[in-house]
Amino acid sequence: MNDYEVIIGLEVHAELSTNTKIYCNCTTEFGADPNTHCCPICTGMPGTLPVLNEKVVEYAVKAGLAMNCEISRFSKQDRKNYFYPDLPKAYQISQYDLPLCEHGNIEITVGKDKEKYKKNIGITRIHIEEDAGKLIHDAFTGDTLVDLNRCAVPLIEIVSEPDIRSADEAVAYMQTLKSILEYLEVCDCKMQEGSLRCDVNLSVRKRGQKEFGTRTETKNLNSFRAIYNSIEFEIKRQIEVLENGGKIIQETRRFDDVKNIGYAMRTKENADDYRYFPEPDLAPIVLSEEYIEKIKNALPEMPHIKKERYMSKYGLPEYDAEQLTASKYVAKFFEEANDICNNPKAVSNWIMSDLFRLLNENEIEITSCKITSENLAKLILLIDKGTISSKIAKQIFEEMFENGKNPEDIVKEKGMTQISDENAIKEMVEKVVSNNPQSVTDYKAGKDRALGFLVGQIMKETKGKANPQIVNKMLIEILNK
Amino acid sequence: MSVSKEEVKHIAVLSKLQLTDQELEKYTSDLSNIVDFANELSNVDVDGTKPTAHILDIKNVFRKDEVQPSYDREEILKNAPSKDAGCVSVPKVVE
Repeated sequence: MNDYEVIIGLEVHAELSTNTKIYCNCTTEFGADPNTHCCPICTGMPGTLPVLNEKVVEYAVKAGLAMNCEISRFSKQDRKNYFYPDLPKAYQISQYDLPLCEHGNIEITVGKDKEKYKKNIGITRIHIEEDAGKLIHDAFTGDTLVDLNRCAVPLIEIVSEPDIRSADEAVAYMQTLKSILEYLEVCDCKMQEGSLRCDVNLSVRKRGQKEFGTRTETKNLNSFRAIYNSIEFEIKRQIEVLENGGKIIQETRRFDDVKNIGYAMRTKENADDYRYFPEPDLAPIVLSEEYIEKIKNALPEMPHIKKERYMSKYGLPEYDAEQLTASKYVAKFFEEANDICNNPKAVSNWIMSDLFRLLNENEIEITSCKITSENLAKLILLIDKGTISSKIAKQIFEEMFENGKNPEDIVKEKGMTQISDENAIKEMVEKVVSNNPQSVTDYKAGKDRALGFLVGQIMKETKGKANPQIVNKMLIEILNK
Repeated sequence: MSVSKEEVKHIAVLSKLQLTDQELEKYTSDLSNIVDFANELSNVDVDGTKPTAHILDIKNVFRKDEVQPSYDREEILKNAPSKDAGCVSVPKVVE
């Protein structure tokens, strides 16, 4: 396997989060009853005239600028002809030779810890186009049902250079794209709903060989796992074919991510078969310097810049800063909480350990989590003020995650306030010391473990509410008397 | 002939048309005539001429991103020869 080099290029389709479709005023909302978001324009009735949604251009230019592309001052749309029931016009309006954005690149970070490396992936182009309808297989009648709600929902297609060399790099690239698109708010990036998906172009060649091998295209992958597994599968398949003296056929393939196998769909039509020609119903797009400049100036802070700021301003380690900024929503949560409690390290720790763990276990996103940034900040303030111990705080955090309650209320309700009253603690310490003479003897004989045991007993007596610093201090004072 | 029989067969496949041998002969000859006629344009010297993106001198025709009600489903499906469960029903698409 090491004798081969893998060449991968990704075509990523991102549905733009505009209110309306690309050429008509139908809503783009997901999940409605079939064929209820349709009109004569998006169902391709004869005699209708498409008119381009201005937000589509704006969003595509935003994405282009964020990915360091050159923005075309003159751009046009073209018809891509093919026959399939999900496309009622029998052509898709796309862009052929004059896309909106070209020649960009993004930096990705691959791997962890010592094996971590950075790499630049070239972006060939970003163009605008329309999505197709959805085909549903009717198991009962054996027919295919056509739902055109998604038909003409605006897309950008982001085409990478063949710079990707492994499944890990492909996933890192996709994660970076997702993060950028989320920050820009041009795509909701819900991969399970298909609003962000990709096609993988892949070929292999013997190391040292100059020309590329024949490539295949695996279509419509909509999870990071499917991307990773389909690439691993296809690399293995192609090498096996070549090693057995066979030839790779240029074809379109699908990947079944339940069975974890890929299969051929149809042999790829040549590019010419799409018979592209300029769309006569739509006017060219001519962008002024002012227009592009205005969008550039309004771009939000991008994840890699935010990461640097988290490191310099909050003194967070690189790993923490990277984890917190990968998702716009996590970063927002972090900043909101820190604005209230002003303890970046504590906020970061709570998010990265307890919150991420609970989100993972319950398979929910931070946006639908019951703990608000404000309540996390309050919890941290309760610890910082010494009202509760950090051990108790963990219990409270779990409860906040369950029911979204304010930590101050939970503390009051359950009487969890930390005991910091020295007299009360002294009483408790004396009681525990007199009940455990053996441990006292052990401690005096130099066995440090006895001290830990006694602290444990005191914490048990107080149900974890005693201030541990004071307990320690008192205990040592009394034992050393 | 400027258009070959093979090309006509290929175009027929893309257009989902089935041609008889007789039709194939006829279309090859007819299409060749059309292409020859259009090819006269190839003799025009277009050096330095910008490709035409649109025949009218217009640019930037946009609309606002504002939702308007869609059509009733009954209206949309009116022309469908076959429908089922609120969808257009077509013969099984094999993948």
